[in-house]
Amino acid sequence: MSVVTNTTTIGAIDAPSRRNTELVLLAFAVAIPVFAYLNVGLALNGEVPSGMLGYGLGLGLMAGVAHIVVRKFARYADPLLLPLATLLNGLGLVLIWRLDQSPRLNARADFAPQATNQLMYSALGIALFVGVLMILKDHRVLQRFTYISMAAALILLILPIVPGLGADVFGAKIWIRVGGFSIQPGEFAKIVIAVFFSGYLMVKRDALALASRRFMGLYLPRGRDLGPILTIWAMSLLILVFENDLGTSLLFFGMFVIMLYVATERTSWIVMGLLMSAGGAVVVASFAGHVQARVNAWIDPFVCKETSVACDQMTQVLMTFGSGGVLGTGLGQGNSDLIGFAANSDFIFATVGEELGLTGVMAFLLLYGLIIERGIRTALAARDPFGKLFAIGLSGAFALQVFVVAGGVMGLIPLTGMTMPFLAAGGSSVIANWALIGILIRISDTARRPAPAPAPSPDAEMTQVVRP
Amino acid sequence: MSELTLTVMRLGFLAVLWLFVIVAVQVIRSDLFGTRVTQRGSRRNAETRPQQAARPAATAPPQQRQQATRQRRGAPTKLVVTEGSLTGTTVALQGQTITLGRAHDSTIVLDDDYASSRHARIYPDRDGQWIVEDLGSTNGTYLDRTRLTTPTPIPPGAPIRIGKTVIELRK
Repeated sequence: MSVVTNTTTIGAIDAPSRRNTELVLLAFAVAIPVFAYLNVGLALNGEVPSGMLGYGLGLGLMAGVAHIVVRKFARYADPLLLPLATLLNGLGLVLIWRLDQSPRLNARADFAPQATNQLMYSALGIALFVGVLMILKDHRVLQRFTYISMAAALILLILPIVPGLGADVFGAKIWIRVGGFSIQPGEFAKIVIAVFFSGYLMVKRDALALASRRFMGLYLPRGRDLGPILTIWAMSLLILVFENDLGTSLLFFGMFVIMLYVATERTSWIVMGLLMSAGGAVVVASFAGHVQARVNAWIDPFVCKETSVACDQMTQVLMTFGSGGVLGTGLGQGNSDLIGFAANSDFIFATVGEELGLTGVMAFLLLYGLIIERGIRTALAARDPFGKLFAIGLSGAFALQVFVVAGGVMGLIPLTGMTMPFLAAGGSSVIANWALIGILIRISDTARRPAPAPAPSPDAEMTQVVRP
Repeated sequence: MSELTLTVMRLGFLAVLWLFVIVAVQVIRSDLFGTRVTQRGSRRNAETRPQQAARPAATAPPQQRQQATRQRRGAPTKLVVTEGSLTGTTVALQGQTITLGRAHDSTIVLDDDYASSRHARIYPDRDGQWIVEDLGSTNGTYLDRTRLTTPTPIPPGAPIRIGKTVIELRK
């Protein structure tokens, strides 16, 4: 019978790995920053910038290495995370290089060109990304280090206030100085503490979700279950008080509340978290002068711009966004260098706002949004509870960081002095965020990898007989 | 650099940036609505066609059968699983025999405790009329509440029950 040749069999076709999609997007993501670089060069000097070829090759090489490693070690990983991160990093490099060219900034005593350093840090970041993918074969290994990572995160957070090691830079004590390099341990603590939260909540989620009393429509947890959330709250307040760093404390506390909510599905945690952070913020704002200045600059920067640097910066930033308009002034043709100090780190988003306008700002926010979306998608697709919580924690931290910086720069919330992931000048941030993307890619590889075929079972014996 | 060039570059850059965002969203879209079983069936059939051309003698009967199927007006074109764990699965009917059962080489592998490993088959006869035949299963195959004893033609829209699974032929 010829039926055999024509039989349709339904079997699982190989799940697409989407690596070629990633390669195409990656080529695109390298081409866009090169175009931006050309645009800046033409606008500033009227000629094709001399470093264009080297810069393009450098970025392309880094992206290529990252892609090959993903192809080899994380075949089924999400195809969007790497191109999105590469694009943001490349555009950040262009924006930093553009600000390096500004004569106004170069005239300042506290300014040093950053582009070369940033390219080096990006390469280090990619190296860490590669390292994460090669060493971390399975993210569930991290589960073993739940409590060790809590200790490590605490140590990382305390390091900046250790005398002799910490460096007080412009009011915030979030840096440590090691042999000429200043490192921001908080950026790495963000990842380490996500390990602790996910490991802890995975074990305790049932106790937190079920053993609760109902009070005024909210489920209140038992006192002993409340312990950890109070500890984290107190810890983030202590960071705020001793290190004057509103951003980091907001990040940690917000991340914990997000993960609690995801683990327990109880809205009451969000309500409690918001109340506690609001309470904490009010208390600290009325005591710490550093934070108070930021709050004043947020409420009305134009009143105090003569007397306070924070206010003056804020007015410049608002002007920058305003003069950008809808389509922007064009790369290299804005005056965002008037912001002066920290124009290429905390305030780099203002340069986007002026030179690319609202259209560009929206595109950048969407790029961040897509990274976060892929992170949450990874969490949804992950098969193990630890991976789910870990992916949610990392993408939640990323989202909070983008919100805190972009919101601060645009005057939505008080400015907190965090770095825009991948865009801002600063080694720790770029390196830590590449590691974060590496872990997300590892989890998404595990999540999207097709499930192993079930063991063949003796079919006939297991057929149950219907009894009338 | 002339004003015009810079304006074109400025707008061009924004366009390229947005193009990237749109392409990325398209990738997400194709990720969400990836493979569909119906497409797979028809594609596989298209792939096997060259092989058929290479061996015309062996494949003549099914081709004739397919033509006969096409010629019949109102003949069913697909098999749809309407109940059970495979609900929503469709298989294009293109003149091939469809076997149902728990065995791994069945066309439709039933994950159903009440189905036998080789439970039933559905095939077209010479006129292109689809026939269902019980293959000696433990719990029987039901066509619209009557247990099958002989190969029976399938009226359009009649449910065929196999264990917890119900299938139908549709146009």
